[in-house]
Amino acid sequence: MKTTKIIALLMAIMMCVALVACGGNEAPPEEDNTEAATLDLGFIGPLTGPAALYGQTTLAGAKIAVEEINAMGGIQINLNPMDDEHDTEKAVNAYQQLQDWNADAIIGCVTSAPCNAVATEAFADRMFMLTPSASSTAVTEGRDNVYQLCFSDPNQGSASAQYIAEHALATKVAVIYNNADPYSTGIYQTFVDAAAEQGLEIVSTTTFTDDTNDFTVQIKEAQDNGAELVFLPIYYTPASMILKQANDMEYAPIFFGCDGLDGLLGIEGFDTALAEGVMLLTPFSADDPDAADFVAKYEEANGETPSQFAANGYDCVYAMYQAFTGAEIDYATLTSAEQCEALIAQFSSADFAVDGITGKSMTWEATGEVSKAPKAVVIQDGVYVGM
Amino acid sequence: MSFLNYLISGVSLGSIYAIIALGYTMVYGIAKMLNFAHGDVIMIGTYFAYFATTSHSLPPAIAVIAAMLCCTILGVVIEFLAYRPLRGATSLAVLITAIGVSFFLQNFALIRWGSSPKNFPSLVPFDKVSLFGGDLIISGEAITTMLACIFVMIGLSFFIKKNKLGKAMRAVSEDREAAQLMGINVNYTIAMTFAIGSALAGIAGVLLCSMYPTLSPTTGAMPGIKAFTAAVFGGIGSIPGAMLGGILLGMIEIFSRAYISTQLSDAIVFAVLIVVLLVRPTGLLGKKIREKV
Repeated sequence: MKTTKIIALLMAIMMCVALVACGGNEAPPEEDNTEAATLDLGFIGPLTGPAALYGQTTLAGAKIAVEEINAMGGIQINLNPMDDEHDTEKAVNAYQQLQDWNADAIIGCVTSAPCNAVATEAFADRMFMLTPSASSTAVTEGRDNVYQLCFSDPNQGSASAQYIAEHALATKVAVIYNNADPYSTGIYQTFVDAAAEQGLEIVSTTTFTDDTNDFTVQIKEAQDNGAELVFLPIYYTPASMILKQANDMEYAPIFFGCDGLDGLLGIEGFDTALAEGVMLLTPFSADDPDAADFVAKYEEANGETPSQFAANGYDCVYAMYQAFTGAEIDYATLTSAEQCEALIAQFSSADFAVDGITGKSMTWEATGEVSKAPKAVVIQDGVYVGM
Repeated sequence: MSFLNYLISGVSLGSIYAIIALGYTMVYGIAKMLNFAHGDVIMIGTYFAYFATTSHSLPPAIAVIAAMLCCTILGVVIEFLAYRPLRGATSLAVLITAIGVSFFLQNFALIRWGSSPKNFPSLVPFDKVSLFGGDLIISGEAITTMLACIFVMIGLSFFIKKNKLGKAMRAVSEDREAAQLMGINVNYTIAMTFAIGSALAGIAGVLLCSMYPTLSPTTGAMPGIKAFTAAVFGGIGSIPGAMLGGILLGMIEIFSRAYISTQLSDAIVFAVLIVVLLVRPTGLLGKKIREKV
């Protein structure tokens, strides 16, 4: 009997707490009307965890844009960063916290899998999302409220093949990809199709999974089949192992990757000599004269050269800012769902073009995919150099 | 020539599994428990070696000894705090505790050192050897690992057979109560088993990360599971069995990746384990134990 009473009491308390929590959710927008309104942008990305470099650099880039915009004195942006640790569940929790905080729109997530999970929720809630670097098509597919600032995976795969063929980097190509990862397989599939069209011969295709640490077989196969270029549509951690083991085996082809390789130079203790000559497809290079101002500010604040992730974060904030100001969206009074519809109309309109540091006159399809020209960089003496 | 290359990488990967498997098999053989935290002890030890070389710039030999010492202390402390109070408990309770310790160590590393991977500098001073005009290249790490594995196994076998403490360990393994009646301090013997097993973990961690340089809080998890598989494969409780199981497992992994499919290699490894256990339930070199009814 006693236990039943205690349980009943506990349940009663929980119900009270739940009621209070509900009340809390509704209160803040009313306050917002009276106070000087800020544009509340939520940010979700891995600030710790295996992909922490991506999240931290994206956020650092975004912060510079926020400072610049706030210094202009017009719209004041309030950026609220949340950590998802590159984990779907934590990303959804982070999103719900931003919902409770009454975010006007969301910049995020930085990585594909968490972004996909958050996008499901955001689609149901009608919350606008602009992702700086989640490049999987699954993120935007069937969701009109999610837009990408980066190339989608298929575009990265075909753009890589196109770039390799146009610059005559190689004719015999090997691919090593992570078949347990949608990002990696997504790029691989379109790369294969585009490579055939471009007349590239794929001489070896090997895979690995997240737990693989021995790449001897994959590298040896590429070497035995005479590949002049190894295409690595993978993240930087396994790539660092592949570079080390290839060096041990005295195999030195051109290594070519996508945005996942960005971060290679930031691994603690990594011998950057191993990355010498590695090429990666990226929309941003730090020696671009248009980005000089941003690069200087970023270096001053963070003590390192900005990667494309930082540039993506920077451009995301500006794209949002331009969309809000261009369409004169009243973020102070409209609910996030109403703002979402207005932002969708603005982003998908043919007149809406953003001149960013990751691409001139970026425009968006109604599917959420961005269109801009591909660029590549090569690593020389431990820094990116434009090609 | 590719075959020889694959053979070398298979044996060197297998040697790492073997050294880790020795830790599992020692503890299982003597304390009759599965120490699932073994892989995470490796990870912690490697972090110590990492900071010893990078932050304190100690020479490699000292760093290895530091890693071994740290692992030894950690192993004995874990045994004392987590496993000793459960000496009389069911084996299931001990197993769950071991998994708990494993999670604790992983999350401790996550909080203490963060989850972004660190690049472990190779502690092996030897350069690679190039044979047949560069067709066959054996890295210094691979040679060191194979030598270390043979050395550790021979040393351990002698220790178990000849040394007084080793004999005590065998006695505890055979019959714990009878050993106690003969005047053997069972708790001390088991603590020493953990100390030796964990010191091996320190060596294994340094070798693992010298070969595959990424160090993160989950570094020990998968090699730990593979090495456990190797220990079962070779016959858990048997020292030559752990060695044989480890090397075979490494070779099967690399060869199936090279000649069958890169996608299916892990599946093949575990399929072989199932087949072996169906034919020989006690593993390749495991003793048949008749259960007394």
